[in-house]
Amino acid sequence: MTDASARPRVRIHDLDAVVVGAGGAGLYAALELKRNLGPEARIGVISKLYPSRSHTGAAQGGVCAALGTTEEDHWEWHWFDTVKGGDYLVDQDAAEVMCHDAVETIINLEHLGMPFNRTEEGRIDQRRFGGHTRNEGEAPVRRACFAADRTGHAILQTLFQQCIRLDVAFYDEYQVLDLQMPDGPDGRVTGVVALQTSTSEIHSFRAKAVLFATGGFGKIFKVTSNAHTLTGDGVAIAYRRGLPLEDMEFFQFHPTGMYKLGFLLSEAMRGEGGFLVNGEGERFMERYAPTMKDLASRDVVSRSIYQEIAAGRGVNGKDFVHLDVRHLGAQVLNEKLPDMSGFIRTYFGLEPLTDLVPIQPTAHYAMGGIPTDIDGRVLADEGGRAVPGFYAAGECACVSVHGGNRLGTNSLLDILVFGRRAGIAMADEVRAAEAPVADRAAEAGVTTTRDELLARPDGERPAVIRAELAEIMFSHCGVYRTAALLGECRTAVRALAERAAHVVVQDKGRRYNTDLADALELGFLLDCAEATVASAAARTESRGAHARDDFPDRDDVDWLKHTFAFRDAAGGTPRLAYKPVTITRFPPKPRVY
Amino acid sequence: MEIQLRVRRYDPESDPAPHWDEFRVEAEPSDRVLDLLHQVKWYQDGTLTFRRSCGHGVCGSDAMLINGRNRLACEYLVKDAGSRVTVEPVRGMRVIKDLLVDMDGFWDKYRSVMPFLVNDEVPTDGLERRQSPEERDRFEDTSKCIMCGACTTGCPSFWSNPDYVGPAAIVNAHRFIFDSRDTAAEERLEIMADADGVWRCRTIFNCVEACPRGINVTRAIMEVTREVSGTGHG
Ligand SMILES: Cc1cc2nc3c(=O)[nH]c(=O)nc-3n(C[C@H](O)[C@H](O)[C@H](O)COP(=O)(O)OP(=O)(O)OC[C@H]3O[C@@H](n4cnc5c(N)ncnc54)[C@H](O)[C@@H]3O)c2cc1C
Ligand code: FES
Repeated sequence: MTDASARPRVRIHDLDAVVVGAGGAGLYAALELKRNLGPEARIGVISKLYPSRSHTGAAQGGVCAALGTTEEDHWEWHWFDTVKGGDYLVDQDAAEVMCHDAVETIINLEHLGMPFNRTEEGRIDQRRFGGHTRNEGEAPVRRACFAADRTGHAILQTLFQQCIRLDVAFYDEYQVLDLQMPDGPDGRVTGVVALQTSTSEIHSFRAKAVLFATGGFGKIFKVTSNAHTLTGDGVAIAYRRGLPLEDMEFFQFHPTGMYKLGFLLSEAMRGEGGFLVNGEGERFMERYAPTMKDLASRDVVSRSIYQEIAAGRGVNGKDFVHLDVRHLGAQVLNEKLPDMSGFIRTYFGLEPLTDLVPIQPTAHYAMGGIPTDIDGRVLADEGGRAVPGFYAAGECACVSVHGGNRLGTNSLLDILVFGRRAGIAMADEVRAAEAPVADRAAEAGVTTTRDELLARPDGERPAVIRAELAEIMFSHCGVYRTAALLGECRTAVRALAERAAHVVVQDKGRRYNTDLADALELGFLLDCAEATVASAAARTESRGAHARDDFPDRDDVDWLKHTFAFRDAAGGTPRLAYKPVTITRFPPKPRVY
Repeated sequence: MEIQLRVRRYDPESDPAPHWDEFRVEAEPSDRVLDLLHQVKWYQDGTLTFRRSCGHGVCGSDAMLINGRNRLACEYLVKDAGSRVTVEPVRGMRVIKDLLVDMDGFWDKYRSVMPFLVNDEVPTDGLERRQSPEERDRFEDTSKCIMCGACTTGCPSFWSNPDYVGPAAIVNAHRFIFDSRDTAAEERLEIMADADGVWRCRTIFNCVEACPRGINVTRAIMEVTREVSGTGHG
């Protein structure tokens, strides 16, 4: 502590715009900010990880656009599939923008250097993915553009590389812990406050526009495809600042997680012809979804797996089924699905050409998040009032284009289309905005949080609480939910939050204190979990990924609306408000695949 | 099974000299070395420091020296590592704390090779640039790099000359030199022809063995070298 007092307490950075998060959404926004404001503009990307470590790099199967390079396709068909896939909770005007802009965005990405797989004619190759159909449900269509089974890796690289080319300033390994909102929830956002991991120093970034592109929060669940670092930081910070979180009850469980590990085996394995079999060797999806079978939407397939297991048809009576890709042959497995085949060999020691692969649904994707309009502007309430200076894009945001359930390949598209749009809208705001006013209280607050955590001599380890949280969220707020389960879950989460107020950070040093980061991330996870459980308990219907055993039907009379959850500053139950769904073209219909 | 985990520790805030610590950890054979490190950090000693994110070999955060070889901790299984596991930081980079090293120089070298597509012309038909599957195959292998640094920090030429641009940066130069859409190959070859460029490679093949992505790094370096000589940059 001796030399710490000699250092300046807070380091200040004055920028035009700040992007928090260096995944696909953040990087595309940064690129557009530079392109639109010119080389002199001071654009900073703050990321707790080196950009190339962002979880966008883990995305596998593809990014969709109705290019029609291999068969007839139209962006309106894509629009319909997105709305239906989302179980009609999608805002149709927003989905229209996404599906329409998709075509141009993918072409732009190719121009930036994206190494897409190609057709013999040299065009971008496309493959099938769940829920994407020709002519409103007739048959699967080839709409997913891909770079082998590392599409996200290729996107992340391409955008990072072009940001380097345009000389975007990167602040790597800084963890943002608060927003600057000097006038409270009704005023402007004027920057962020961050902890520099290498030194534990506090940095105040002041800017005319701030984008959150901090990714998802799958780590609230035990079995998940998400990275250790996907802890919902941005989502929780907005929530703590009195801003609402939209549709948090909708969390996607992807059908093919590797058993117990949770790592994802891409839907592309089924897109290329793989299928699921139960313990009796039966292709059970034919019973649940006669037309789309194994390529029905993810919520449908995940629930079907749970039903097979509940009926005792799991493999050897256990809680998993098999993915069969043996018939795809060496060429497809090694050339189109090399990483997936590698995961199966490395982590299971199995050979996909000859062995069946044990899979179980894995917590994968947050449909909900910080509510925004179609240009990334964050909404302060269900009435649609925007927060000046504040934007969100990517998985941390809810536009809402995914409604109750996201279609495969629509997330990479979402981060590109809305990351880009947010960047352009921010550039306009930066041109017009005045110099930002600092939020000294936020700077002081973050400093106090750090100092208190480092000073506390003993207490419980954050990891213990984190493990209990993930366990109960997976068992009580997972694929199937009931009032009783959610009630227990809510009580448990609250108790965990109380315990979390007394955790100990054993590492008392300043240098790369990742123990401190663990403690801070636990707090973010708990906030995300609280909003998720409260929103889920209130919604007494089943729609998309939110399946209530006690309310098995979709209820369009009472529930065709978005949830907005506001944190209770006194620590009580979140306040819930609702906003109607925007329906412009497709009236709600029963969802059959 | 019980694992004896030996970790090389270093934290100049508490002790100017590195030392070894030994931990006992319960693990399943199918667990990964990263799980062992987590067990220690979460439940035994919160000061143990390392980077990690994805947990399954795609983000490149956790390259380290495990039982004497560069590997990703999240990809190396206990059943292969055995009941005595030794973990050290990668070589050739300044250690900041425990298993965490200073990556700044590594990223600077990456940036130095112009790791981005250069081509400001787009097709007049408003569509994507055309590229045949064969043309794309030329750089498929090097496009897989996750910049974990296992190759560069396993390279004896890099240990003896820290200015050597290193295999990882050459792999990323290759990625663009052999992309039919790129127009800046000349400039990149110029950079590669530098005294600290491709000529420093002694084809020791450590990099190929170290690469968790199975990239044939040495072949990529040789292809770049051939290109450098062929175009008179040598
Ligand atoms: C295994 C897997 C496979 C997938 N496959 C596909 C697919 O094939 N197709 C598809 O469409 N979608 C897929 N998805 C979903 C998709 O990849 C993600 O939803 C998307 O990449 C999220 O991008 P993002 O830019 O929002 O966030 P991320 O890429 O997650 O980036 C988040 C960024 O925020 C930073 N950050 C977070 N908190 C802080 C903080 N407090 N301070 C500073 N920085 C912070 C991180 O450092 C990181 O840079 C997949 C997801 C997974 C997990
Ligand atoms: S944690 Fe991502 S590569 Fe190991």
